[in-house]
Amino acid sequence: MYAFAYQRPNTLKEAEAAFNAGEDASYLAGGQTLIPTLKQRLRQPSVVVDLGAIAALKGIAATNGGISVGAAVCHADVAAAPEIRKLIPALARLASQIGDPQVRNRGTLGGSIANNDPASDYPAALVGLGATVHTSARDLAADEFFTGMFETALASGELVVKVSFPAPRRAAYVKFRNPASRYAIVGVMVAETAQGVRVAVTGAGPCVFRIPEMEAALAKTFSIGAIQNIPIASGELNADIHATAEYRAHLVGVMAERAVAMIA
Amino acid sequence: MTDITITVNDREITATVEPRLLLVEFLRETLLLTGTHVGCDTSQCGACTVHLNGRSVKACTVLAVQADGQRVTTIEGIAAADGALHPMQEAFREHHGLQCGFCTPGMVMSALALVERNRGEPLTETIIRNELEGNLCRCTGYQGIVKSIVAGAKAMGAHVGGAP
Ligand SMILES: Cc1cc2nc3c(=O)[nH]c(=O)nc-3n(C[C@H](O)[C@H](O)[C@H](O)COP(=O)(O)OP(=O)(O)OC[C@H]3O[C@@H](n4cnc5c(N)ncnc54)[C@H](O)[C@@H]3O)c2cc1C
Ligand code: FES
Ligand code: FES
Repeated sequence: MYAFAYQRPNTLKEAEAAFNAGEDASYLAGGQTLIPTLKQRLRQPSVVVDLGAIAALKGIAATNGGISVGAAVCHADVAAAPEIRKLIPALARLASQIGDPQVRNRGTLGGSIANNDPASDYPAALVGLGATVHTSARDLAADEFFTGMFETALASGELVVKVSFPAPRRAAYVKFRNPASRYAIVGVMVAETAQGVRVAVTGAGPCVFRIPEMEAALAKTFSIGAIQNIPIASGELNADIHATAEYRAHLVGVMAERAVAMIA
Repeated sequence: MTDITITVNDREITATVEPRLLLVEFLRETLLLTGTHVGCDTSQCGACTVHLNGRSVKACTVLAVQADGQRVTTIEGIAAADGALHPMQEAFREHHGLQCGFCTPGMVMSALALVERNRGEPLTETIIRNELEGNLCRCTGYQGIVKSIVAGAKAMGAHVGGAP
């Protein structure tokens, strides 16, 4: 790890000021992605701005018809929160399946979505549930937030502050995990929301995506049969030592069916 | 350099450290608490597991400066003041929870955290195995470790049982 300067501001304003003052600054949340990246010398920030002391990024709160989760809330706290387990159990369950207990005790919602790893779980939750990302500058629909592999709509220095999740009528997330890392080889969130049925896929492609054909079919008939014959093209999907693109395409169908089976 | 104050095993420690110093390096190299091991240094193996404010974390994936003002417990901090082993340590000895012992400090710290985390419901072997996902052992095949944790949890007054 290269040397860097360190700051731990107490407010969002101070954090952004510290970020903008540095030549190549980086925010630090749970560190479960950033610290390994620093160790590998894949990044070399001049200053690391630790978000750990900022109260505005913490806390889980019930909102009008949903739940808002602070960017600095760790996965273990999302998994255990009674209000989330009651209102959006699929979200609590998704968080309980990220990595391992130690990673869940440190890794945060904000860090996960700002990083937008193609194999991470939360993007499927945000897009599948139709969540809104509240940043230090604006509110963004999840559909607009995730823009590409490790890319988001965040501008340089812009902070994820919290995410609000509207409660769905029903929702389920099923993932086929990499047995070593627990990241999603393919993960599918199926949700019936006030805005209609949403099907969001993570792990399979460079970035989370929706499957409009499945959404339309499920809106008509919410059953496994409705989506069984919908073909998933493998052309744009990821291929690596864990799974070929064709296998991932197949898994998308299987995970979607399993998710529907849980709530049909 | 950054000034930090961390309570390690109930002792308040103040030090001036480089921001890039890992918590595990601070524990092992500055405080000479070498019970916490470094197996992989890539956030995978859990040999470096300690408790930060009572919750298990991988000390190779936390900066020492992030632990400023917090409470850290390492394997050296769990035995009784007179040196009597913690019931979980005793269980690992009794039930062959280790062979080479390299993973053991991390296993014991994860075991303690998982017992506390699951106080509300009966602890089963399935829960124990799931919650050991962040700890790798290259010797035992885990059988003895799970057996030890079942015994240790019982000795800690946890309700163990129900379907496996
Ligand atoms: C062994 C292991 C297994 C894992 N398994 C999984 C898994 O199964 N599924 C999964 O989804 N993830 C997994 N992860 C990743 C984990 O969920 C991380 O917690 C997450 O990717 C990053 O969150 P963090 O809080 O640790 O962020 P950090 O590592 O601190 O930061 C990550 C990036 O986000 C930026 N950032 C952080 N917070 C904000 C913010 N509020 N606003 C703007 N930018 C911000 C940082 O600058 C940095 O670039 C795993 C990690 C490990 C080490
Ligand atoms: S040394 Fe920390 S996880 Fe392996
Ligand atoms: S006892 Fe040797 S690694 Fe676990």
